[in-house]
Amino acid sequence: MHEAAPIPAWVALAYLASGILFILALRGLSSPESSRAGNRFGMLGMLIAVVTTLVTHEVASLVEILIAIAIGGGIGFITARRIAMTAMPQLVAAFHSLVGMAAVLVAAAAYLNPGAFGITDAAGVLLPVSRVEMGLGVAIGAITFSGSIIAFLKLNGNMSGAPIMLPARHVINLGTLAAIIGLVVYFYFVPAPRVDTPWLFWTVTGLAFLIGFLLIIPIGGADMPVVVSMLNSYSGWAAAAMGFTLGNTAMIITGALVGSSGAILSYIMCKAMNRGFISVIAGGFGAASDGDAAAASIDRPWKRGSAEDAAFLMKQAEKVIIVPGYGMAVAQAQHVLREMADMLKEEGVQVKFAIHPVAGRMPGHMNVLLAEANVPYDEVFELEDINSEFGQADIAFVIGANDVTNPAAKTDKSSPIYGMPILDVANAKTVLFVKRSMGGVGYAGVDNDVFYMDNTMMLLSDAKKMCEEIVKSLG
Amino acid sequence: MDFISILSIFVMACFVGYYVVWSVTPALHTPLMSVTNAISSVIIVGALIAAAAGSAAGGEAAKWLGLVGIALASVNIFGGFAVTERMLAMYKKKERK
Repeated sequence: MHEAAPIPAWVALAYLASGILFILALRGLSSPESSRAGNRFGMLGMLIAVVTTLVTHEVASLVEILIAIAIGGGIGFITARRIAMTAMPQLVAAFHSLVGMAAVLVAAAAYLNPGAFGITDAAGVLLPVSRVEMGLGVAIGAITFSGSIIAFLKLNGNMSGAPIMLPARHVINLGTLAAIIGLVVYFYFVPAPRVDTPWLFWTVTGLAFLIGFLLIIPIGGADMPVVVSMLNSYSGWAAAAMGFTLGNTAMIITGALVGSSGAILSYIMCKAMNRGFISVIAGGFGAASDGDAAAASIDRPWKRGSAEDAAFLMKQAEKVIIVPGYGMAVAQAQHVLREMADMLKEEGVQVKFAIHPVAGRMPGHMNVLLAEANVPYDEVFELEDINSEFGQADIAFVIGANDVTNPAAKTDKSSPIYGMPILDVANAKTVLFVKRSMGGVGYAGVDNDVFYMDNTMMLLSDAKKMCEEIVKSLG
Repeated sequence: MDFISILSIFVMACFVGYYVVWSVTPALHTPLMSVTNAISSVIIVGALIAAAAGSAAGGEAAKWLGLVGIALASVNIFGGFAVTERMLAMYKKKERK
């Protein structure tokens, strides 16, 4: 609080403690062993923050507050229990939208009743610094909300993943952003904003909701991992901005943590796709895959194999590296794939899983899907840790992945995926490539030379069916 | 607290966040997102203040905004921590037979 009565020391310390517990919650995620303790620290931190707030304010409406917590908490808890792991990206997008909306509501409440937040001067006028913090908080919150709603609809399939391109969208977007910033600056200088310019705060809010929609609709489905991470970051900055308004350490620390976390994840995702952050934001990727690349590929010789062949080859192998992609998860093949891996291990074959950072629909998604299927995490490796091992592998078993194995990313400068880091499956003695048909191309719409290599055997079938048949042949 | 102290805390926390997040194993990036989601709902503190102030001093609308904010943030807090817990429970090591 900027003006009002000084905060007792223990209250400030309690918020600091909860901020530190949040840091520990993230710190725990450095390894799966410590992660669960980390999550408990996070819960404890939240409990401390909530209880501290309640005991240090005169609570005129405790019953209503408890009811609100019970309703929200119940919905959240049940959703968390029931949600399918494949639907995690949608869930996270939905949760981001709630943080955004909560930030908007808090900012609006602070605007309407600034006295309760201690952000007025002696005459009861909003402090100028608080106006800027509040304006930024409401704007970032609103952008997070509407942007996340669009991301949710796209990920959930309620809305086509294809980019929606408005004419002159860059002009509209930049104009709207400039208007928001200009209004926030004006907000600072108005003598008594609630009397002189009662429209101002709400205009900022409205424009921010609008820009959130406009920013995300032109971004294609393939770029959603970046968008989800980016919105994660925004939700953090929104919390931080409100933390400034309230002078609350816990909120500021958390906001900074979440903001950096989302920013780093966006960076990692961009790098894994070799996409510039600006070009993702500008949108339009994955519009319509031009037929040229696909057309050029017709009539190249390739080999087809059966489940029996695959089972035989893998049984003879010493080392098999499995490369799962999102297609594997779509086909719900993860459980039978794990069964296949277990049977191979019983035959004395060394089995490892190789994961590309963009294998799923959000950062780390494929790891969760494999963990759900009971694949031990110490058999699952990230790209940089396993890429050199393909040379010693007898078999690379690619299932539901495509672009992330495409050597064109290294060799063909004209390829849209040029520069993207790939898994070097082509170095394995034999590549088994599970794919529904030869026709379809990956997200990027480019043909994959791996299909036509002498040491590649195409297993054309649904991923789940193919694994089931291989399991049958192994048994 | 004055603005500069708050700003100092914020900048320091950004650095802490930077280093802590880089040390998160990529295998846990999805739980990282869900847990950051849960903790960013610490914004509930603001909603509680608005709701706690009650209807006095023209706070009627603010109180209701606060209550809705509490409900939304609670979805996130309970949902975020619960789904993180659920995911983390799935990460198992190889059983040594």
